[in-house]
Amino acid sequence: MEGWDPNTKSTLTQIPLLTTKAGPRDGAAWTTRLKEEYKALIAYTQMNKSNDNDWFRISAANPEGTRWTGKCWYVHNLLKYEFDLQFDIPVTYPSTAPELELPQLDGKTQKMYRGGKICLTVHFKPLWAKNCPRFGIAHALCLGLAPWLAAEVPVLVDSGMIKHKDDATSTTCLSAW
Amino acid sequence: MEAELKEMLNDLDSIKQSLPDPSNLASSILKLQSRVEHLTKLAKSAPVRRTKVQDMSAEVVDSNPYSRLMALQRMGIVDNYERIRELSVAIVGIGGVGSVAAEMLTRCGIGRLLLYDYDTVELANMNRLFFRPEQVGMTKTDAASQTLSDINPDVVLESFTMNITTVQGFETFMSSLRNKSFRPNKEGSGVDLVLSCVDNYEARMAVNQACNELNQTWMESGVSEDAVSGHIQLLIPGETACFACAPPLVVASGVDERTLKREGVCAASLPTTMGVVAGLLVQNTLKLLLHFGHVSPYLGYNSLKDFFPTMEMRPNPQCSNAACLERQKEYLLVKPARDAAIRAKMEAEALLVPEGPLHTDNEWNISVEDDTEPERTDATSSDALPEGLTRELPTADEFQKIPVTDPATTTFDDIEELRKQLDALNAD
Repeated sequence: MEGWDPNTKSTLTQIPLLTTKAGPRDGAAWTTRLKEEYKALIAYTQMNKSNDNDWFRISAANPEGTRWTGKCWYVHNLLKYEFDLQFDIPVTYPSTAPELELPQLDGKTQKMYRGGKICLTVHFKPLWAKNCPRFGIAHALCLGLAPWLAAEVPVLVDSGMIKHKDDATSTTCLSAW
Repeated sequence: MEAELKEMLNDLDSIKQSLPDPSNLASSILKLQSRVEHLTKLAKSAPVRRTKVQDMSAEVVDSNPYSRLMALQRMGIVDNYERIRELSVAIVGIGGVGSVAAEMLTRCGIGRLLLYDYDTVELANMNRLFFRPEQVGMTKTDAASQTLSDINPDVVLESFTMNITTVQGFETFMSSLRNKSFRPNKEGSGVDLVLSCVDNYEARMAVNQACNELNQTWMESGVSEDAVSGHIQLLIPGETACFACAPPLVVASGVDERTLKREGVCAASLPTTMGVVAGLLVQNTLKLLLHFGHVSPYLGYNSLKDFFPTMEMRPNPQCSNAACLERQKEYLLVKPARDAAIRAKMEAEALLVPEGPLHTDNEWNISVEDDTEPERTDATSSDALPEGLTRELPTADEFQKIPVTDPATTTFDDIEELRKQLDALNAD
């Protein structure tokens, strides 16, 4: 965890850790894991709200809890840029982390794999591997997505790849508002 | 061809219009005739697909697509090459390595190929082999089937355009491997080997999971993001380390890592490294499936130093993968019988060799003893890796299992309740 800012570090320590090592094919154990995921997400969302640092919405898109959809946003130069967020829970979860996708940014940055999967290889995957199975979705958002947005959104805005909704001239090129 | 056909339509039109005028009609018909003749010629020169071949023949004629392969038997390399037509290989990931491996196996006359990929062909893929610019936009599985069936129509191709790491994709993947319609009397699963040619850890872990559950032998391959090194690895569930037994091995580049690590994820790739790794992978596949030579358990390739590290890895008794542990138990049960069978076979072979001293006298009682020991590493002991190999990811830290929470607290964690709580937080 060297090199992480103290803010992220202190937030991270307050997200409840998970204990059940189970993936979507593990039946009852997965339900237990899903409960832990919910608890961690609830705690993290509450924490963000109380610190006035609310930055995402995420909820399960199917009853099994294997697909998640929502939104995330980042404020740059006092303007809010919001993106759709989606991911699947892989069959090998939690040995492998979920691959977080921002489909609207697909093709706009090189720090992204096909389909809008953000690159987590260097800054996040080793951490996830080291902390398996204690890290969950909330940790992936905190340590994977948040730093990615902080690093990429300013570059995307400054290079003109994304425009704020108020600047957009046509609705078709709009991926942020 | 298109222009010709359009002209012909025009001609037909003019015939229709000049029907009452017999003089014009004759010349129009003549013109039409010559066009049809032209078209016939064009059609003749267009590429023809060869017809299917019933049996592999060893006959040395220019028109036999298998003569050079069947010659392997004559040369004493392979006992029964034609066996390849009964074999099924699944290739997961039809990218720089997978597509070339598929072409190699197709040209070798493999019986059946199963292809898995969810991506489409892009111009950015053109620095690698196999795909052609006119295939841009097609799914990789469709484009591959097109080319492969042209090259060798004898191969049965099955393609699956899907992501095997999702729950649904994984189920389809598993059932496609189980399907035995190609050779109903085959033991075990419906395929003889799975080749993993994917470019990410998640998909490798998914292949590992499926193969551990199905007790399916597979080979893993990979090329580094900097395009200068790669590796292949043989995984036999229970017998060798599975992919989850230890963090994956990578070939160290041999130069300062910091000079190679670039920001951003646009991975570099070279047709050369990809081709070499595909070649190593398919060579190992042929050796395994057709029983010749030594099958490498792990072979690395460092192109900067032309260094090829090899090693063997035993499974990790504390592997985090439950299916791997089951396979390990099964393997330990059958191992004594298997070892005895191998010993008996070796002794029988030794008997066939005419006994007779190499040298009639041995004044100094000199004897030759085998002191070569294969490098064998326990999957977990990372410090015992041979030169030139490193781990890609750290091992999971030990963590204490927290005793089951007391029932008083569990009454509150109904999953619907938790979902509602999160939804409430999401609402404002």
